[in-house]
Amino acid sequence: MTRVVVLDYGSGNIRSAERALARAGADVEVTADFAAALDADGLVVPGVGAFAACMAGLRAVRGDRVVGRRLAGGRPVLGICVGMQILFERGVEHGVQTEGCGEWPGVVDRLCADVLPHMGWNTVEAPDESLLFAGIDPGERFYFVHSYAARSFDLAGARANEPVLTWATHGEPFLAAVENGPLSAVQFHPEKSGDAGAQLLSNWLKGVS
Amino acid sequence: MTVAVRVIPCLDVDAGRVVKGIRFTDLRDAGDPVELARVYDREGADELVFFDITASAQGRDTTYDVVRRTAEQVFIPLTVGGGVRAVEDVDLLLRAGADKVTVNTGAVARPELVREAAERFGSQCVVLSMDVHRAPGTPSGFEVTTHGGRRGTGIDAVEWAERGAKLGAGEITLNSMDADGTGDGYDLELIRAVRGVVGVPIVASGGAGTLADFAPAVDAGADAVLAATVFHFGQLRIGDVKARLSEAGHPVR
Repeated sequence: MTRVVVLDYGSGNIRSAERALARAGADVEVTADFAAALDADGLVVPGVGAFAACMAGLRAVRGDRVVGRRLAGGRPVLGICVGMQILFERGVEHGVQTEGCGEWPGVVDRLCADVLPHMGWNTVEAPDESLLFAGIDPGERFYFVHSYAARSFDLAGARANEPVLTWATHGEPFLAAVENGPLSAVQFHPEKSGDAGAQLLSNWLKGVS
Repeated sequence: MTVAVRVIPCLDVDAGRVVKGIRFTDLRDAGDPVELARVYDREGADELVFFDITASAQGRDTTYDVVRRTAEQVFIPLTVGGGVRAVEDVDLLLRAGADKVTVNTGAVARPELVREAAERFGSQCVVLSMDVHRAPGTPSGFEVTTHGGRRGTGIDAVEWAERGAKLGAGEITLNSMDADGTGDGYDLELIRAVRGVVGVPIVASGGAGTLADFAPAVDAGADAVLAATVFHFGQLRIGDVKARLSEAGHPVR
């Protein structure tokens, strides 16, 4: 059975992520333990709330180092929501810049839209080569709740493999998912996205074991 | 391409049991919130709201258990409210598995509750719910009430919504106490008035009676439509509500 650690660094409701991964067939442990997070087949980095608070929480458990060490060894990591955002170089909230993990180039900034947070079920545009969205109907919707997002991706700065980018639109286009070798991330909440979300987690697990 | 209009059933829960009558024929236990949550999930609900009307502290522990069990079995967003007075209440509900927590009377009593909860947990999980009735003496003509609409507060509802969003509420639920239970449709003027001053999502609540009632609420500016009775008594099905919204040109899941 695929062993997955959901990194527990004090960020919101992670029970749902734990349960959804278990439902998708993983042996799930919720912990902040460095060795366990390093050793697991797959690591999930959740996150809700503010970029700065999440980054501080992540650093407090040396989560940024776990992510870096895992990726250096080609071991899978999945970021969810703010857990995706903190993988970029930096976040800007209320004019304050916060340094992220820097695994990917670019800035996470506030979306330009009439209504924020972007809260609800939206469609995504996944390219054919996406593994995360394999077998998922293009019309399926995923549950988003966020006001900030990465709105561009500098391909030149990506890790080894060329990233597969999935876009969504709320007011303007933003990155709904990135698949880049061992590092994947989604801006929406697959653990709250019903059957479509379950399929996506199951697809990720296939690439983990 | 566009975020879908959310259709949200609301369940009143007292000491772990659903209290308003539920008329589903295929239920083993119509009083079990977890089983009902599963039914609504299957029917296509985009989110669930539990409204905890439990008075005793002992009963509230049961509520946490219900939230916990629901979150373990239903993989759509779960919003829980009722009796939330302090940041600690928000914390307990989030830990139990709620995705969003609704504050209402507790925020009227102490508006800072909204800011404190938003700062600690993020705006995305703080919903300001307000029970509103029409009151000619207020600037907007709408007044915030407490005690199920029986007690006026003197607070202008539109100003309160604007202030709530500034304090950090990530969503506003507008319960029209005049429309509630009538089945005559949502209070569209209320929705329009609040839409004019806030940029956060608005949930319309109170008054849904027929399939024709939902699209006008969205046209007026609501991002989500909430109903209780019409769903619980099987008068309307979630799928039919969505089909009608879609016919009216609104995206649905």
